[in-house]
Amino acid sequence: MLAAEAAELSSGWFLENAWLIALIPGIGFALIIGFGKHLPMKGSEIGLLSMFASLVLATGAAIQWVQRTNSAGEGGEEAFGIINSITRSIPRATEGEAEPFIEPVVTSWVWWSNANLEFGIGSSVNGLAVLLLWLVAFISFFVQIFSLDYVRGDRRYTHFFASITLFSAGMLVMLMAENMVQLILGWEIMGLCSFLLIGHWWEEEANSRAGLKAFLTVRVGDVGLLVGTAILFFGANAWAVDNLDSNGFNIGAIQAWALSGEANTQFLLWGAVALFIAAIGKSGQFPLHTWLPDAMAGPTPVSSLLHSSTMVVAGVFLVAQVYPVFWQGFNIDGGGLSMIAIIGGITIIIAALLAFVQDDIKKVLAYSTVSQLGYMMLGLGTGAWLPAVFHIFTHAFFKCCLFLCAGSISHSASHHSFDMKKDMGGLRKKMPITFAAWIVSTLALTGVFPFAGFWSKDEIIDNVGSNGYDFLLWVGLGGAALTAMYMTRATYLTFFGEPRGASAGEYHEDDEHAEEHEMEHISVGAPEPRSLSSAANTGHGVGDEGSAGDESHGGHGADDGSDHHDDGPHESGPLLLIPIVVLAFFALFAGLANPTPLASRFGEGIESMKKYVEPRATPVPFEEVIAAGPGESITIIDGRPSTTPSAEEGGEEGGEKSGCGFTAPEPGTACFFPAVSHAEPKFTKILLSLGVVAAAYAVAIAFNVSYYGRRNKHLVGLTDRSKVMRGGFLFLKNKYYLDYLYENVIVRAIAHPISKATYWFNQHVLDAAVNDVGIGARKTGEWVYDNIDQKVVDGAVDGSGRIASESGRGLQPTQSGKVSQYGALLFGAAAVGAIVLVLVNVS
Amino acid sequence: MLAVNFLLLAAALFCIGVYGVIARRNAVMVLMSIELILNAVNLNLIAFALMTGAVDGQVFALYVIAIAAAEVGVGLAMVLMIYRNRKSIALDELSEMKG
Repeated sequence: MLAAEAAELSSGWFLENAWLIALIPGIGFALIIGFGKHLPMKGSEIGLLSMFASLVLATGAAIQWVQRTNSAGEGGEEAFGIINSITRSIPRATEGEAEPFIEPVVTSWVWWSNANLEFGIGSSVNGLAVLLLWLVAFISFFVQIFSLDYVRGDRRYTHFFASITLFSAGMLVMLMAENMVQLILGWEIMGLCSFLLIGHWWEEEANSRAGLKAFLTVRVGDVGLLVGTAILFFGANAWAVDNLDSNGFNIGAIQAWALSGEANTQFLLWGAVALFIAAIGKSGQFPLHTWLPDAMAGPTPVSSLLHSSTMVVAGVFLVAQVYPVFWQGFNIDGGGLSMIAIIGGITIIIAALLAFVQDDIKKVLAYSTVSQLGYMMLGLGTGAWLPAVFHIFTHAFFKCCLFLCAGSISHSASHHSFDMKKDMGGLRKKMPITFAAWIVSTLALTGVFPFAGFWSKDEIIDNVGSNGYDFLLWVGLGGAALTAMYMTRATYLTFFGEPRGASAGEYHEDDEHAEEHEMEHISVGAPEPRSLSSAANTGHGVGDEGSAGDESHGGHGADDGSDHHDDGPHESGPLLLIPIVVLAFFALFAGLANPTPLASRFGEGIESMKKYVEPRATPVPFEEVIAAGPGESITIIDGRPSTTPSAEEGGEEGGEKSGCGFTAPEPGTACFFPAVSHAEPKFTKILLSLGVVAAAYAVAIAFNVSYYGRRNKHLVGLTDRSKVMRGGFLFLKNKYYLDYLYENVIVRAIAHPISKATYWFNQHVLDAAVNDVGIGARKTGEWVYDNIDQKVVDGAVDGSGRIASESGRGLQPTQSGKVSQYGALLFGAAAVGAIVLVLVNVS
Repeated sequence: MLAVNFLLLAAALFCIGVYGVIARRNAVMVLMSIELILNAVNLNLIAFALMTGAVDGQVFALYVIAIAAAEVGVGLAMVLMIYRNRKSIALDELSEMKG
């Protein structure tokens, strides 16, 4: 491709109307709330239809984005295709030829403007957004299919679908945000809906507490989002107005400002810190991760949606979208050890360790999610932008699939219990399809070749190493080993060994069981809505009273059409299995979207993520950054001769790093993305990480078989015998005492002194002042009463009263009570008025 | 001039209406007379609108029509209630409001 040649980017209907992707579920939500209860499927059909429409539109947008990217490099791009098989070692942009930056397609409307500050709402689609839009629509659609059967008969079935549809809409709004205000809008919609969904069965106190906890913990981070947005606005606004005819809320302008070399480093640093705090809250990173496992109190489809592609990814998306700010603010370009990388690394290990002591299968998966999010943050914090984003993509499939498998098990085998030790075991023969999907997803999660997780997670670890973070490389590898181990434990407890509890066909109605563990309790009973009290009574899937439990079970069987509780565990129905199978398929093959290690063999063309998703680090002249109105396509004419410092791949050893993100772009141009480096895949590194995972698997399998299977005497009861082991176990079991810290120490420390101080202030300062003022007022009042009130005011009042009563008596005859007389008076007066008016005007 | 004729007609209507309000005993007739007055005003508004060429007057006339409808609705309801209580709608018998 010749840089001097005019390259016109193609656009298309789907890209320009991407806002419909979010609008349709939004309308769907309103329709479900409004009419859902009267529809034959209780509103779920609207939810499904709207998600399907979004999926179609998002697919169209994705296809057109690919076309758009291709149209930028027509003629030259093919040379990097599979046929020529140019190896990675040759930088893509050679001899100063830079691939043109692919402008996002912006369609927006101004809804508020004031003093040159315009707030738009609409869609801004770039590679990252289009990828995640498609992903969210896809996952949401399949989760809704799963929910059809899973939540069937629930007393708030319609509300469930309304909330989950609005939730997806919120995520989509956030993904396509063109400015920070819209991003906050979508972010908050999600926060609200997560509260509604996690507390879906709010009759049980634990659930409503979990909903509150999720909401409040995330709010702590949201403060960071608001502060960060404000900081970036004040930092970027002047520059954006001067150079791009934009403002400091525009995400593109913020990106360009951060890389312009003129940005104030303090603004960048504190803006990045504040935004990252928001991401910590939303994405469950280390200090604020505690809400995430508790969020398991919600229905399983909710956990599946929240923890795969939406809620928790929002924080990662925020960091990825506003990446230049973090790049500069945390000095990632200089190889600085950034806050993001540290927090990500801590999260990986801490969450993975916690996953070992959980008995609830969903909590294992929840901690696993936290840990995987740590990988994404680690990648972003060390400059491995592309692998991190790719990991979002692959992780969504297999994690969603794992959660749905857990849901399938609890629905059909374990009586809505999620306790692996009590109610599962030996299910592999009873539920072959679920088992197969689980295994595929587990292998994908642990990063085994050639499943999806291998391509992304390995890439993160690889890039972390090649960017010079040796210690974090080992943290990543250690996390991978831990992942393999805790997933082995979960798999063993669930699918192997002897069936226990509900899986063995037992109904246990014992009290302590229900109390000890937070059950998922779907009142899949009577088709008609129950009264609240009876719903709460039968709410426990495994009831705490015999009668309640029986009612629940009986109702369930009748509703399903198959009385499976008498048959014991069995495979789930098609509505549950189809989403699981589809997601397992993607868990198997999604990695092929960007198989970097294969690129050296098949050429760079195979790395479609890199080509289509990663923004190019090419300076764009200011005058070509055009804000497009509705339906307006953006034309970029890359007319600059090859004088610009090219976006060279920073991966070259010893090479001088230049280009966007390292040196300031030339005057008159703007960068939108830093020139991140890409690691060269090395066979030894891949072998190393695969070896680590394999070793972890071997150890874990051996341990599990001897511990749970043969009940090895040396291992069983180890925590009772060894003080160190027990201490560690309790430390993990209590989740590092973080919840204790938050609730008992921090909240108490803050709340109590404040309330005490307020009380003291109230008693001693305010009350004293009030008393003094009161005494003074009484004295004054007495004097005023004697002198002014009695003599002056009363006299005047009496006089005016007398005048009024006298004049009233005089006018009494006119109030005859006769309507016609009143009319005559009215019109007479009007006539007199008219005559006066005429006389005045004439003379 | 045409507009002057409108104004004259409006004035005549207005006077008839005022006469009806003052002279009639029947409450329904009084309401009808009020309608005449309102329509006289409407005519005035439209005539002035014609003179100045602005549409404002016509818009106001539309408002007046709408409000007149509401007013008649309330008035008739009151008349109905009076009739139910007293079996008569002769206004000169209604003097409970005498001061």
